Amino acid sequence: MKASRKHHFQWTLAFFLTPVVLWLFLLIVLPHIDLLFMSFRTKDDSGSMVWSFSNYMLFFKEPIYWLTFVRTVLYSILVTFLTFTIALPVAFYITKVSRPRYQVFLTMLLLLPFWVSELVRVYGWMILLRESGVINHFLMKTGLLDKPIEMLYNDVTMIMGLVYTSMLFMVVPLIGVLENLDDSLIEAAYDLGANMWTILFRIIIPHAVPGIVSGSIVVFMLTLGDYLTPNLMGGKNSLWFTEQIYNQFIASFNWNQGSAFGFLLLALSSLVIWAGLKLTNQKLSKVVK
Amino acid sequence: MIRTLPNSKAYLWGFKSYIILYFSFLFAPLLVTCILAFNDSQFPALPWKGFSLDWFTGSSSERVGIFHDQINLQSIWVSAQVAFFVTILSTAVGTCAAFLFEQENFRFKQALYFLMIAPLVIPGVILGISILVFSTSMGTFFEDSLKLDVGLFGPGFWLVVLGQFSFISTLVTLVVSARLKKFDRTLEEAAMNLGANRFEVIWHITLKFLKPSIISGAAVAFLMSFENFNTTLFLVGSETTLPINLYLQVRDGSTPVINAISFLLIVSTSAVALVNLYFSRRRA
Repeated sequence: MKASRKHHFQWTLAFFLTPVVLWLFLLIVLPHIDLLFMSFRTKDDSGSMVWSFSNYMLFFKEPIYWLTFVRTVLYSILVTFLTFTIALPVAFYITKVSRPRYQVFLTMLLLLPFWVSELVRVYGWMILLRESGVINHFLMKTGLLDKPIEMLYNDVTMIMGLVYTSMLFMVVPLIGVLENLDDSLIEAAYDLGANMWTILFRIIIPHAVPGIVSGSIVVFMLTLGDYLTPNLMGGKNSLWFTEQIYNQFIASFNWNQGSAFGFLLLALSSLVIWAGLKLTNQKLSKVVK
Repeated sequence: MIRTLPNSKAYLWGFKSYIILYFSFLFAPLLVTCILAFNDSQFPALPWKGFSLDWFTGSSSERVGIFHDQINLQSIWVSAQVAFFVTILSTAVGTCAAFLFEQENFRFKQALYFLMIAPLVIPGVILGISILVFSTSMGTFFEDSLKLDVGLFGPGFWLVVLGQFSFISTLVTLVVSARLKKFDRTLEEAAMNLGANRFEVIWHITLKFLKPSIISGAAVAFLMSFENFNTTLFLVGSETTLPINLYLQVRDGSTPVINAISFLLIVSTSAVALVNLYFSRRRA
């Protein structure tokens, strides 16, 4: 009996394991290894492919490339921080301040825009903000402006768009952790005379660390890898690193160079995520839940 | 501070206005997009010139509504087909993965679990280019060594499906795993004692229990696939999906047809999301 049961278990293991291994190896592992190989190949003078570091060297030699890279990283960190600062009060209000019967409704309302395509959301901002846009129309009507100003295509608008796009990935984990925060902790601190800031920095934020980390990782990664929002809302000078990758792949058709850029972006995002996890002593498998 | 403590009026009002501002920020672009879909004007802008359904049903030469716009209708159809296949594939594989990680034990389970999570933290653009590079290499390999010209390896419909499937399966796995964790395994033992084999147990008992989460995983997969842009951008061939097609139009100037499509998208995705939420609340 025991032996036959064990036999069955092996069959189900094989049944479940095969598709998962095929998926992960054919679509994740092998493509990334190939991408890495590709990034170390280049055409030599005679036009044949050879191994070399030249794709990576070019990245460091040309300021436009590494400057775009640094800019993308710094802006992504800024976006992550802004998203957190805006989302924390919202999550706190929904979980702790609003009446319980509104809680479900408000959470549902928060989630709705997330289901709509990013493109539609960015398009909405474009018709609000552009020179012939809705906001300019109202500012002119009320006499605040004489002639319309172009509010699109600059860094501030692009940052706002990125914050908007990734907002929900921060709010949801924050609501998750704050729901588990025991009210009596805050009440006790209040009774002992703590003011709002002490409560915020000594109780709420330390408790919310797992939610902050998982929200930040997702927001950072999504912002770093975003193409639509920087492309449509940023100006001619606000290049995003994904646009460099796109240019190499689609416009210049230099896949080797593009692969090197892609790998740099991947290495960086993994590094930041790893550092974030290490600093706060979290595990990736815990954070994504 | 919180609802059980005495709060000053200023604090509550300040907080309330912040929340109202936040929700206006969240909904302003969507609302404006929807409203301007019905404006009787050649441009998606104010002033308001009256209510009109031209951008939905119009068929005159200067106003082609969405229901007569062949290019956009075609791309909606492509997106729907992609989303259909992605949903089927990722729901099947995601459910297998949930069983694998929740109920089976094997060597390197931790490492494989880590790999399964990875697609969530790899930027979509990178997934797109790595799959593009790999499939092209495979295509060249088959052509050179086996003299086979397999069209499947070039950018196009099936590559888009595979690209989206590669990370959407992770989402389905997480959704299904969450419910499988709550499953009472003594039910399985009871069924086995009554003579069922492992597959019968899974088919008649575990999958019945998982049904709501599989449905909601499939809904998530469909929506995610339908709106995906970053990964699809690199894999798309001549048949463009709706987000790619809209992007090309938005980049080169816009007409209220885009508003009309956005309106339909907002209404239908909200409906799917709400129905999904309703069912997930009811079973909770």
